[in-house]
Amino acid sequence: MAAPLALVLVVAVTVRAALFRSSLAEFISERVEVVSPLSSWKRVVEGLSLLDLGVSPYSGAVFHETPLIIYLFHFLIDYAELVFMITDALTAIALYFAIQDFNKVVFKKQKLLLELDQYAPDVAELIRTPMEMRYIPLKVALFYLLNPYTILSCVAKSTCAINNTLIAFFILTTIKAAVHTCENEEQGLLDLFLGVCHDVCGKPSGNRLPLLLPSQLLGFHPRSLWLYCWVSPDFKLSCAVKEGLSVPDLTPNIGLFWYFFAEMFEHFSLFFVCVFQINVFFYTIPLAIKLKEHPIFFMFIQIAIIAIFKSYPTVGDVALYMAFFPVWNHLYRFLRNIFVLTCIIIVCSLLFPVLWHLWIYAGSANSNFFYAITLTFNVGQILLISDYFYAFLRREYYLTHGLYLTAKDGTEAMLVLK
Amino acid sequence: MGLLSDPVRRRALARLVLRLNAPLCVLSYVAGIAWFLALVFPPLTQRTYMSENAMGSTMVEEQFAGGDRARAFARDFAAHRKKSGALPVAWLERTMRSVGLEVYTQSFSRKLPFPDETHERYVLGEWGVPGPRKHLGGRGLGWVSPWRVSWGQEAQWEGKSLVGIGGLEKGGASASYHSYTEVPPPYCIQMVSGTNVYGILRAPRAASTESLVLTVPCGSDSTNSQAVGLLLALAAHFRGQIYWAKDIIFLVTEHDLLGTEAWLEAYHDVNVTGMQSSPLQGRAGAIQAAVALELSSDVVTSLDVAVEGLNGQLPNLDLLNLFQTFCQKGGLLCTLQGKLQPQDWTSLDGPLQGLQTLLLMVLRQASGRPHGSHGLFLRYRVEALTLRGINSFRQYKYDLVAVGKALEGMFRKLNHLLERLHQSFFLYLLPALSRFVSIGLYMPAAGFLLLVLGLKALELWMQLHEAEVGLEEPGGAPGPSVPLPPSQGVGLASLVAPLLISQAMGLALYVLPVLGQHVATQHFPVAEAEAVVLTLLAIYAAGLALPHNTHRVVSTQAPDRGWMALKLVALIYLALQLGCIALTNFSLGFLLATTMVPAAALAKPHGPRTLYAALLVLTSPAATLLGSLFLWRELQEAPLSLAEGWQLFLAALAQGVLEHHTYGALLFPLLSLGLYPCWLLFWNVLFWK
Repeated sequence: MAAPLALVLVVAVTVRAALFRSSLAEFISERVEVVSPLSSWKRVVEGLSLLDLGVSPYSGAVFHETPLIIYLFHFLIDYAELVFMITDALTAIALYFAIQDFNKVVFKKQKLLLELDQYAPDVAELIRTPMEMRYIPLKVALFYLLNPYTILSCVAKSTCAINNTLIAFFILTTIKAAVHTCENEEQGLLDLFLGVCHDVCGKPSGNRLPLLLPSQLLGFHPRSLWLYCWVSPDFKLSCAVKEGLSVPDLTPNIGLFWYFFAEMFEHFSLFFVCVFQINVFFYTIPLAIKLKEHPIFFMFIQIAIIAIFKSYPTVGDVALYMAFFPVWNHLYRFLRNIFVLTCIIIVCSLLFPVLWHLWIYAGSANSNFFYAITLTFNVGQILLISDYFYAFLRREYYLTHGLYLTAKDGTEAMLVLK
Repeated sequence: MGLLSDPVRRRALARLVLRLNAPLCVLSYVAGIAWFLALVFPPLTQRTYMSENAMGSTMVEEQFAGGDRARAFARDFAAHRKKSGALPVAWLERTMRSVGLEVYTQSFSRKLPFPDETHERYVLGEWGVPGPRKHLGGRGLGWVSPWRVSWGQEAQWEGKSLVGIGGLEKGGASASYHSYTEVPPPYCIQMVSGTNVYGILRAPRAASTESLVLTVPCGSDSTNSQAVGLLLALAAHFRGQIYWAKDIIFLVTEHDLLGTEAWLEAYHDVNVTGMQSSPLQGRAGAIQAAVALELSSDVVTSLDVAVEGLNGQLPNLDLLNLFQTFCQKGGLLCTLQGKLQPQDWTSLDGPLQGLQTLLLMVLRQASGRPHGSHGLFLRYRVEALTLRGINSFRQYKYDLVAVGKALEGMFRKLNHLLERLHQSFFLYLLPALSRFVSIGLYMPAAGFLLLVLGLKALELWMQLHEAEVGLEEPGGAPGPSVPLPPSQGVGLASLVAPLLISQAMGLALYVLPVLGQHVATQHFPVAEAEAVVLTLLAIYAAGLALPHNTHRVVSTQAPDRGWMALKLVALIYLALQLGCIALTNFSLGFLLATTMVPAAALAKPHGPRTLYAALLVLTSPAATLLGSLFLWRELQEAPLSLAEGWQLFLAALAQGVLEHHTYGALLFPLLSLGLYPCWLLFWNVLFWK
């Protein structure tokens, strides 16, 4: 299995290297869909030059990266393109091994339940076979590496790619830990979730840091230790967190925040910042209760929700949860709107640049046009995620209650989500 | 959301889409066309109105009276131009300075990708005794103007009789000079160089942060002298006025649009088309609006206004309203697309005439060409339009004073602007000068046409999906389930080859003609421009033959799945492209949708294949272009014969490629890289084995 993975990596690196050399790279790195104020490479360079001049990069309003990134690129600035290609490759490899282990766990669990006779008798066609599960890790790597969103993100040198790598390694370590220590998966999950929280919120939206810090101080796991060196350097971290929290930079992006806050009276902004930010972690607890048996699916949903609702999302964030789609291949038959939603997402991705052009360059459209597409894109994503969620629940229900349900009057029954 | 999650309603909807697909598609298509035709009727077209407050009333007193002066300037200009054979830069500089402007010049040069056959604008150096014209008897390629000389093999001219010598004078008269010693012959003739002259009238009490532009493009022929005369007379008149709050730039450009493009790029200090030009010495702040003037006679019967710019961009509707206001005030007859305004909108005649104008506008906008030098200003967010003086056989004529007064009024009003023109519409269609259709009202027409593609795609998806699910569900009892991913894999793999091949054909269509022109001229008796067009056509036709071979290697288990999947992809691809195009340039999107959608919806490898193939060929992008040309001339009441149409078609192809390279017009790349490959996919579906 290593050979196909290597092949995919080679192809991915070739594509990226070609794009880095082409004239498109500059164009891509300016796109608002690909870089946000929090992940723009331009700002990293700015921060580095500030550091070189002996000024704290956080003293201004330009630089919002974590200290780790600035130290990383302090040494590697000349090899930035290489670093971004490597981080993408690492993400894919991490996801590959994580999903490989996850599949083993899933298969073991399924076998155990079968032996225990927990499944309904007529669900044989829902049982997953090693054959179909075999190529899933490879597909995950493929989905991540050759997803146009990832490629764009990498070519634009958006630091979102590095973020994704960290999340991927959290996932990998969590699954490894869960597998090796044979503990119940919740322990791993908690750790992972903290990681995700920290990574995604600690940097770009920063809104769950209060929730995170006490739990970290308690030290759930030795692995959490290295987080400290990330969170606690002498830099004014509050700057990065504040940026994500209070959303002062209203550069348009694919998220939901910029337009509202551009239109809003300053007076109300605090209230609405709270309302908007609450979305990111509002769903965590209900989902955690509903999906307590399925931590990885929970994590997938959670990453997706964060990608949709965070204050400065980019397509790189979207790419990360899209990489997990092959893992849920077996839900395909329960997905109901996959065609329409795929079309919506493709159409929106194409319309972003078109409407941006009409708005900014041609001057014939205005911000409402662009925001309308942003809104459609996010509604599409939300529907897609809820479609996956519903499909997952339905499959679980069928597994225990049998595939061919009949209502009380003998007719074919129908599952309805209420 | 109920529709998406409630299974009962979903099933009903699915059944509706599946069972009533054909009628729904027909209905939707007809609705689209009908909606478009209905746009000319009063509830959908509205009267134009001035939105910009600063230009609201027409309380301006025009005092221009320099008609004689304008004519004198025009005569002098024409005489000097004839003498020097190019733009009389020195004379223009002198005259502009004498009327009190700050005068600057800008020289520019541009290497064309291949010779421009329809405009005579190349260098004939002193060595330039032309080679014999190579006639292409019987090929119908006589569209090259008779005095154009083909420069394929300069080395051979010595031994041959100098057939083209008569043409040398004609060509030479219009040519500008370029030092031929520096540039090797094959490139020399593609090098266009010229000089723009502009004078700035500084506003007495403003800080030069905003300006207005009056521009006259001078081509290689001796037209537009009167426009230069009027420009100079207006400058002299404006100089004497005290109320200017914005600087006014009087710009005379050489080589029509090339000069304008060079000047605009230099003014904004960008280089988007590879133009080489000297930097501008004088600037006058952000340009708020521009008017281009084209006048070739001392008297006019009417003024025609052109709004369509590069890539179908339109100026703010207020600028047009302004022009119309002053036409009305001065009693000038003004036309749009060469058509007079219908007076009576209540009977059927008015709307029918409006429909003609509307169709002409759609065709013009769809072409994506700048129709007049104002078209290039739009790219820089400068609202601009072109005024053309028409001198026809009408009895009542206006002299230059009337035109000058209208221009003075417009500039006085524009002078009042407090901010950029932004109040009125940017996206509109015009069935008449005083009527418009706004974007919200015309978009449904394109929407209905695209809905056909959506419905077809949905039907195909359901059929494909049912085939998959159908394999599993009737089994009922737990049996060996057909694994889904492998069958999907085959479906996807069989799509890769056609997609790649058709895209590669598109890329070849885009790159090869210009790249391979020198090879073609060496091996075939054709000139460069002819070579480009013929290569274009050859590659286009070759694309039809090629896709037959693409899917032989692929073995599909289910015979229908392959083409259905391919058609599904092609439908979505087409819908996406047409949607994006319709948003930026409605006319082009609508025109292409009207022609391509029915054939695309019908294409399948069963049934009357020859009929489908004929339909598909007739609606291919190139055929659409040819058809549009015929329609265009038909609407202008100057119908084309077949041979003329063909020649015009070839010229249009060459112009399309050239305009892409010189101004960045997007029609050529759109057709070659986007729609042609997509169309090939449907061709592939039709001949799926």
